[in-house]
Amino acid sequence: MKEGLIQGRLWVLTNDQGRLIEDIDTDQIYHNAYLHITDRRLMGQYALGNLAGWEDFARRAKPGDIIIAGRNFGAGSSRQQAVDCFLALGIAAIVAPSFGAIYFRNAVNSALPVIRCPAVENLVANGQLATGDEVRLSLLSGEGENLTQGIKFNFPPFSGVQLAIIQAGGLFAYAHQLEKR
Amino acid sequence: MGQTIIEKIIAAHCGRKVQPGEIVWLELDIVSARDFGGPNVVKNYEREYGDQPVFDPDRVVFTFDLCVPACTLKYADNQQICRLFAKRHGLRVFDVDCGIGSHVMIEEGLAGPGKTLVGTDSHLNIMGAVGCFGQGMGDVDITFSFKTGRTWFEVPRTVKVRLTGQPSPWATPKDLTLYLCKMLGTKQVALKAVEFVGEPVKQFSLTGRITLCSMVTEMAGIIGFIPELNGKTTQELMALPGFNLEEWPEPDPDADYENEISIDVSGLPPQVAVPYLPHKVKPITEVKGTPIDSGFIGSCTNGRVEDFRQAADILKGKKIKPGVILKCVPATRRVYQTLLEEGILEILFRSGAVVSNPGCGGCAEGHIGLTGEGEVQISTANRNFYGKQGKGQTYLASPAVVAASCLAGEIISPEEI
Repeated sequence: MKEGLIQGRLWVLTNDQGRLIEDIDTDQIYHNAYLHITDRRLMGQYALGNLAGWEDFARRAKPGDIIIAGRNFGAGSSRQQAVDCFLALGIAAIVAPSFGAIYFRNAVNSALPVIRCPAVENLVANGQLATGDEVRLSLLSGEGENLTQGIKFNFPPFSGVQLAIIQAGGLFAYAHQLEKR
Repeated sequence: MGQTIIEKIIAAHCGRKVQPGEIVWLELDIVSARDFGGPNVVKNYEREYGDQPVFDPDRVVFTFDLCVPACTLKYADNQQICRLFAKRHGLRVFDVDCGIGSHVMIEEGLAGPGKTLVGTDSHLNIMGAVGCFGQGMGDVDITFSFKTGRTWFEVPRTVKVRLTGQPSPWATPKDLTLYLCKMLGTKQVALKAVEFVGEPVKQFSLTGRITLCSMVTEMAGIIGFIPELNGKTTQELMALPGFNLEEWPEPDPDADYENEISIDVSGLPPQVAVPYLPHKVKPITEVKGTPIDSGFIGSCTNGRVEDFRQAADILKGKKIKPGVILKCVPATRRVYQTLLEEGILEILFRSGAVVSNPGCGGCAEGHIGLTGEGEVQISTANRNFYGKQGKGQTYLASPAVVAASCLAGEIISPEEI
């Protein structure tokens, strides 16, 4: 992660018409029935458990996988579990045209790269990003590449304190680094 | 160039003028955590900071409002984890008897004009109603803020939303709010601050302002403010403890807005959000006659005295249709007390409604407001996402529409009662 390069297999969160699902809210990502859980290791099994058509995601995902979702991913509640459940599964990054504000913060603070990339809407619609493709993302340069299909795309790179927090491994690690300086 | 409200509040809490888009370290006046998120904060805190003190024990509070009093062992444990932490650190706990944390913090004067407040409640931008910058955050953020009294924040751009026209007499602030959810969707003010202006919102009471500001979350916005005050609302605000009108935030005349959106609400009838999105909103005429099994009045969006008064005006001397259950949850203990003193509780009771103690758990499977598979519920809450309140279908509406619909057993406009 230090060099800001991520490579993995893609999951494109589409509906039964093959379109990117928009406004996926935190209850679809991690249902409120499991909010009492505080141990991250127990959270992975519930990831996307309330998203129609994706209930079995947790069993199919592998560490290092990358998710692409529609705009306003992570709308709704402030629950950190909606981020932590993906970390528990080893998800390497989530790419979407936009994220819910709180979700975005929570992900940065837990060092889960959340990449704002408006271009994915068209790429997915044109079949240029599909589930199973191998994709590489550079957080520093904002360059993405679909290695399976040989297609390149761009997104605003991370900078400033957000990049520093992600590279440190999360907000706590970042804060401890500051204390040591 | 002048500043918008959010820019002014942030500038005052990071010691310099700020530009939209930049990330600043924001000083916080109040940091809070609930019975959900709270135990995670305690766990994070003790792992990261051991027994070191919080940044200021007078400015860190717990509010329990989700599963109150606890009806599951997990929540009982989680609340006790927070209580014990609070005791060790000398923090205030607004316990299971107090009500919805955001409302309690307004009533207690913790949230006030020009202040900054964060906590583990995604509807904390409700604080915009009292001119305060409030923001919901996850447990990592809140843990860090417990310790440091600070948080990193990306200064949002501001959109001005101007309402014009005179809505129909049956349109309450909730109806205007739902209509705004429809018109603004989740794109127009996404990740932006909003300043709502114009006569229709200027006339909103504090209760109406709470309703609108709470649902800026559903519009994917950061926070909403309603800078223009009317005389009556000013008095309501002045009655809050420690409220200082001089701190009431107003934008500079030459403030820089992303854009201005004008929305005409002339003749607006009551509005209803249909399953499963808060911005999938229709005029009541289009959903009229939909059979319902239950109703819910409460939540951080519509749990004030004025909301229940609205419902009681319709329910007075009438009976809820047999087979329909109306569930009422006052926002706070103070609201509950006023309902008791004004005779509203008795009206609700005699109509056949169930009235519980204050809380906010209907949105989080902790309290009243859940649906079973196949159940149709009409609710004053703010979200009707698929599966959120159970497997049933939830329609969102004003307290008046919910009350009227519970009398009729189907969705109906209050003017028809």
